[in-house]
Amino acid sequence: MLKRKVQELMNEPGCATNRAKSTAEKKKGCGAKRLLPGAAAGGCAYDGAKIALQPITDAVHLVHGPLACEGNSWDSRNAASSGCTLYRRGFTTDLSELDIIHGGERKLYQAIRAAAERFWPPAIFVYQTCVTALIGDDVEAVCREASKRLGLPVIPVVAPGFAGSKNLGNRLGGEALLDHVIGTVEPGDAGPHDINILGEYNLAGELWQIRPLLDRLGIRVRACITGDSRYVEVASAHRARAAIMLCSQAMVTLARKMRERWDIPYVEGSFYGIQDTSDTLRGIVRLLVDRGGDPDLLTRADALVAEEERRAWARLDNFAPRLAGRKVLLYTGGVKSWSVVSALKEIGMEVIGTSVRKSTPEDKERAKALLGEEGSTFDAIPNAEMYRMLKAGEADILLSGGRTQFVALKSRTPWLDINQERHHAYAGYDGMVELVRQIDLTLNNPVWAAVRRPDPWDADGRPLEAPSWL
Amino acid sequence: MALIVSPPKPLSVSPLKISAPLGGALAFMGLDGCLPLFHGAQGCTAFAVVAMVRHFREAIPLQTTAMDEITTILGGMDNVEQALLNITRRANPKVIGLLSTALTETRGEDMEGDLRVILGRNPELAGVAVVPAATPDYDGSLETGWSKAVEAMIRWLPQGPQISQAEQVNILPGSHLTPGDVEELHAIAEDFGLEPLILPDLSGALDGHLPSGWISTTLGGTSLARVRRMSRSLLTIAVGEHMRGPAEVLRRRTGVPVLVLDRVTGLDPVDRLMVALANVSGRPVPLRYRRQRSQLIDAMLDGQFAFAGRRIALAGEPDLLWSMGRLVSEMGGRVVAAVTTAAAPFLAEFPADRVIVGDFDDLDEQITEAGGCDLLIANSNASQLAGRRGLALFRAGFPVFDRLGAAQRAGAGYRGTRDLIFTLAGALADAGSHLVTEHRHDPAQAAAG
Repeated sequence: MLKRKVQELMNEPGCATNRAKSTAEKKKGCGAKRLLPGAAAGGCAYDGAKIALQPITDAVHLVHGPLACEGNSWDSRNAASSGCTLYRRGFTTDLSELDIIHGGERKLYQAIRAAAERFWPPAIFVYQTCVTALIGDDVEAVCREASKRLGLPVIPVVAPGFAGSKNLGNRLGGEALLDHVIGTVEPGDAGPHDINILGEYNLAGELWQIRPLLDRLGIRVRACITGDSRYVEVASAHRARAAIMLCSQAMVTLARKMRERWDIPYVEGSFYGIQDTSDTLRGIVRLLVDRGGDPDLLTRADALVAEEERRAWARLDNFAPRLAGRKVLLYTGGVKSWSVVSALKEIGMEVIGTSVRKSTPEDKERAKALLGEEGSTFDAIPNAEMYRMLKAGEADILLSGGRTQFVALKSRTPWLDINQERHHAYAGYDGMVELVRQIDLTLNNPVWAAVRRPDPWDADGRPLEAPSWL
Repeated sequence: MALIVSPPKPLSVSPLKISAPLGGALAFMGLDGCLPLFHGAQGCTAFAVVAMVRHFREAIPLQTTAMDEITTILGGMDNVEQALLNITRRANPKVIGLLSTALTETRGEDMEGDLRVILGRNPELAGVAVVPAATPDYDGSLETGWSKAVEAMIRWLPQGPQISQAEQVNILPGSHLTPGDVEELHAIAEDFGLEPLILPDLSGALDGHLPSGWISTTLGGTSLARVRRMSRSLLTIAVGEHMRGPAEVLRRRTGVPVLVLDRVTGLDPVDRLMVALANVSGRPVPLRYRRQRSQLIDAMLDGQFAFAGRRIALAGEPDLLWSMGRLVSEMGGRVVAAVTTAAAPFLAEFPADRVIVGDFDDLDEQITEAGGCDLLIANSNASQLAGRRGLALFRAGFPVFDRLGAAQRAGAGYRGTRDLIFTLAGALADAGSHLVTEHRHDPAQAAAG
């Protein structure tokens, strides 16, 4: 069952990378590259599924497994909520050795009941893990039974860690929504300008930089899947008229299946970067108008985009004198690579290189075209090599994720987090200005001059300066 | 005297426990040139790395055998072999700590047996010491994994002969000691003219310093050469009840006598430490520590006002709970809620009515039953609870991810205890139950009853 699902997810017709492959390559599937023992990094499928679903803020997210899966990681993501905080608590069956010997199904049922009676959530998501998959706990059957007896949706999320990568887990999370959640609640207020946003998790509150723009156009977000969402919003997402799909690799299957099942067309977009934000807004407006929305939306969107772009560029120009000519090394994956490059170049920064690890061939081409002569694209840089580059001053600042944070800091180089652990929101027009503001704050912090001061003594600890009082 | 209660609960809400493999990996961070390796799915490693990076704000070397569904069913020996070879080629470590997880233990892998075969047929691995430890997640917590890993180090790492004794002392710090604490113990032993051999020594690796280049193993810690010399020490001092086991193994292997100190925070235990070091070294207690003892007593005299009668809620691994709980109660505070991760028998002597083996939800309930408290002492995961209740939170234990310097703060020794008393007194003052309001005798109200 899981195997079939994984195979299907690994051959996604909606994915541009996959479409570009030969039949033989397609058969191999995406991400099928085996993880190399002793040289692997990154999260597991369970991690991915949890990331995709946990931002549903009013639900209980219950992890069925031994301690580590939840105990080591709960409340460590920065997905913001506008109200409920239930999703930030850690729930786990914390299996003991005896539970594993006797099977964990009974304990799981009792745990579901305890959570239901204590918190009365609108739904409970139950996550399968490696160990409970290995001992054959039938999580789906327990959830079905619990759902019936307790009278609330109990949703099995079958993405045990050893099934594959974090990205696969994102998709399996999407499958759980398709199989058990979306379409189970009929909204009483469906309107012609309702949309879904797929693949936005409201990290650092980025949804709140996007939603006001849509508000001003009269577009309502029926469901954000899953950033800052309530269960009932996701359950009634099938009544949206169109969708924006962000973070495309993670949610493309969900978007395609929602189009097939409920006739919801989608536009692939990004809210990172000014041009991308404008394109995405225009794209979703076109879809809505095609589907019978108010044709006036098109002109309203043009006006909004023009005004916001003008405002954003005017604000960005203020930073140009402080940042022009400074060299940036961009080390991240996917769409962020090229969408950030264009803005940085516009204010005169020099992007000396960008990674294209997780990017599609199209992304890579766009990044190359943008970088021009001085920059280069690369897949991965070993930590030691990156340390050398930074120590040698080849870049003035590194923009990357937590994994390379200390490569920068230990080489005394400014670093800004632009991945999932970031604490600032970088989406939409305001987000782009915020990113540049953060680059300015980081790069021009006087602390760098202080920490780079050499030791005032030699290798043996002898002072380099003669005493001033002689 | 406390009653230890382990309520049977199907559901853990807001867990206090941290997994045993993570505790094991943490111990290996204190060996020089080491790269620990989890035998499990890659997520096990990813979560542990993230948790440790958030706590220490340092790059954390930790690898995975990357078990998938098929290798789990067929057996993971090939993965262990490949991982050891890959790590050796890429990072060239001196030690690899091989830690099992719930996944491989549930399948019932014979990791030690497999390892013997692997080492036998791969001459490439001759130059690296591989230390295996069985640390399934379903057994115990961070403290358990730490203790098992240290015991494995003592069993597997080569020991020198017991030819002659040297002016040195072995120190086995528990997982509740910070790199800052270990640094303090190091300095104290040296001041007695003794060379401290500390296993594991986080103060060399995770004290937050700048190495001269990029290193893909641990940045420092106990070297294998120093471990070898432990057999020649005059005494082994184990800190924390969970280090009694490893210390006993070391005694059986080397004959070095053992002193277990339940803690190194507080006047009485530090006195015992000083007396032991003075006896072992044959030297008087250095003037510096005589002075520090008097400073600590002065701090206790000044600090008791802040502690007396104040209600403290505590959550932590058994030895951390013990160390903190004893200190606050010795200062006159009252532990009104205590939650820990394992039913350690020595906690029967804990200064509270009850110790619950449970999670932050249990702590919440305890605080309610106690009618509230003035200060909460726990790891950063208690911040939600503290926020909901509007309580002051003093962060201690693992993980501490929302305050800087958790690894450097020292509560060990006279000076560490003194500083800790000051910090806690400050937190209690901020908690402000001493807000003074006018107290009026209102005859009308009194008449109304």
